[in-house]
Amino acid sequence: MQRVGVFVCHCGSNIAATVDVKKVVEMVSLEPGVVHAEDYQYMCSEAGQARIDAAIKEKGLTGIVVCSCSPRMHEATFRKAAERAGLNPYMVEIANIREHCSWIHKDMEEATKKAVVLARAAIAKVNLNAPLQPGESLVTKRALVIGGGIAGIQTAIDIADAGYEVDIVEKTPSIGGRMSQLDKTFPTLDCSACILTPKMVEAAAHEKITIYTYSEVDKVTGFVGDFTVDIRKKARSIDMNKCTGCGVCQEKCPSKKTPSEFNRGLNTRSAIYTPFAQAIPNVPVIDRDACIKFKTGKCGICEKVCQAGAIDYEQKDEIVTQKYGAIVVATGFDVIKVDQYEEYAYSQSKDVITSLELERIMNAAGPTKGHLERLSDGKHPKEMVFIQCVGSRCSDDKGKSYCSKICCMYTAKHAMLIRDKYPDVNVTVFYIDVRTPGKNFDEFYRRAVEDYGVNYIKGQVGKVAPQPDGSLLVQGVDLIDNKQILKKADMVVLAAAIEPEKDVRRIATMLTASIDTNNFLTESHAKLRPVESPTAGVFLSGVCQGPKDIPETVAQAGAAAVKAIGLLAKDKLLTNPCTAKADELMCNGCSTCANVCPYGAITYETKEINDHGIRETRRVASVNNALCQGCGACTVACPSGAMDLQGFSNRQILAEVDAICR
Amino acid sequence: MSGHLHEDMKSRVIDISGASPHKCMKCGKCSASCPSFDEMDIKPHQFVSYVNNGDIEALMASKSLGKCLSCFACVERCPRDVKPGKIVDAARQMLIRQQGQAMLTPEDVPELLDPEVPQQLLMSAFRRYSR
Repeated sequence: MQRVGVFVCHCGSNIAATVDVKKVVEMVSLEPGVVHAEDYQYMCSEAGQARIDAAIKEKGLTGIVVCSCSPRMHEATFRKAAERAGLNPYMVEIANIREHCSWIHKDMEEATKKAVVLARAAIAKVNLNAPLQPGESLVTKRALVIGGGIAGIQTAIDIADAGYEVDIVEKTPSIGGRMSQLDKTFPTLDCSACILTPKMVEAAAHEKITIYTYSEVDKVTGFVGDFTVDIRKKARSIDMNKCTGCGVCQEKCPSKKTPSEFNRGLNTRSAIYTPFAQAIPNVPVIDRDACIKFKTGKCGICEKVCQAGAIDYEQKDEIVTQKYGAIVVATGFDVIKVDQYEEYAYSQSKDVITSLELERIMNAAGPTKGHLERLSDGKHPKEMVFIQCVGSRCSDDKGKSYCSKICCMYTAKHAMLIRDKYPDVNVTVFYIDVRTPGKNFDEFYRRAVEDYGVNYIKGQVGKVAPQPDGSLLVQGVDLIDNKQILKKADMVVLAAAIEPEKDVRRIATMLTASIDTNNFLTESHAKLRPVESPTAGVFLSGVCQGPKDIPETVAQAGAAAVKAIGLLAKDKLLTNPCTAKADELMCNGCSTCANVCPYGAITYETKEINDHGIRETRRVASVNNALCQGCGACTVACPSGAMDLQGFSNRQILAEVDAICR
Repeated sequence: MSGHLHEDMKSRVIDISGASPHKCMKCGKCSASCPSFDEMDIKPHQFVSYVNNGDIEALMASKSLGKCLSCFACVERCPRDVKPGKIVDAARQMLIRQQGQAMLTPEDVPELLDPEVPQQLLMSAFRRYSR
């Protein structure tokens, strides 16, 4: 029998207001094995931990139960406290009487009863606990960054500057991401390319950074410190070592009708292409779905005009397998499809565009060479209307429930830039709220109103109706004046909601990283661990975690890098000792456990077993403790009851159930 | 009128309409969409406030009830699934019931019995159009 100490935390009033902690102390004192019980206002505080320390030493405790918050919150804290007092840290159990009890109940008597039951279960378990020793695993000193936008680039540079190897995997032919599509950036109005391209060059030139463009992550195995990743380098059909980036192939390519992804489909590109002039690497790819050579077998013009002999139609996808200690997800975002909002006539008129399309129109390298013109007839617009919150803050099934955060600011930017460059254009913005929390943000928006004469109207637009004369009739409301507004416009710009890049769910699944209903990756703790995924060794950078602007993205990218560096700087990691273990005498070698193991941690070996004096050779399961994550799937699947989870054995769990049902 | 009655009328409007006035974020898309906006004294986006404030009597006295075309553009386009048009519908129904204008009496029902008409439809029509 253990000598158990029970420590009941008030958590200020969080627990004590609903649970009678004195009564809990009184009741648990009667439990078998309990030789010490006390309550304290904040067990997690230094003074609280000192009480645990003193009790362990004075009463010679061999196991402790802390009745407090969720083990997710403070299990590690109390394990460390026990270890300092000379107790094995796995002799600590937490009874969660906050999240599982005081926070969800109102009646004190009932909540107190439940708290006692939860404590009893933990006491029953700790009576069967055995000291466990964590193992060690090595850390591969190399990081993988998935996504080559500003988030991924910044994270990679920061990790590489600390002296570690970094690989960036980017699915498009160039790094740069969404930021490379932007014209100017708020609130300083500096040119996006001017601040991004030096970063792209820095990443490409960095001796510690390897960039895989036109590549995707195919498979991830392993665990924190020791991931193994298959990267699929899609067939570029170009020899990257030979290509000089002269661009002749793109000029001569006769297939020029594919909508340009980079220009959001506003113009077309050739089948052999680089997405934009400053692409890194400056090596084109052949889009095999558009290439005449691949479709008909005839053509081959690019091969003929290529002086360097870099065209390779035979190239195949290549798999690169690499080991990493840390993985950073920086997969970014896209804008939602706005054609589902029929009232805004996006699919009816070329002059109804999204804000990202306007970025391309405003950009000197864009489809209109930076001239503001209508895509329908090339005419210069006189009246422009911006509609905010298209698909953001919606509780219908079409839109997103969240605020996309960046739209208020980029719309103020667009309005200001247009008024500055074309004073003859009237700009009207229909808004619900103008949200500008950020340094110099509200000042920026007020400048649009006060210095540039942008007309902000509080109220949403109900309908955009294309007119026979080519104009657009905008029907909106001014809620301040309580008037309906009919306004003729030449162009309408929709601030479409942003959403995580579509690929992210596949990547999250491979990484076993959790993801929310909006496909944003979940952080480990919303406030205290905002750049770490709950999956150890996986970090989050940029919009894949939630909507954010460029300054926030860069800041978070740096934070994710620091967390990755903190991991890579370690030579060894302690592994969780709560792993599965097979009882060789009971194992019948059926392979059921190996089949259900998600981590490939179970193998079989044939060895001589001494079964109560009978020696025979049997095939038995063997668990690799470094790979096992302690999920327990095998213990459930095992038909002969041979598999057990250390620290969560079947005996312990049944003892808990018995204690609850007693 | 007592506060209790206010609350009672408010919950009846919400029950009848199936609308969710508390979900409104005051964007005004309903009023921006309404073809009868100019003729209304209480505008579509205000319907929601009237319900939230429990001021159902004013809503029932409003000429908007007669001006609403029940086109449900406001219901269709509302990004928050508030259903302002259904509130107008509910206010109309409450007005009709208050005035005692039962459109169906129990005596009418046997005449309407027709093998082609589902019984459930008759029952719901009876509930809806009688006091």
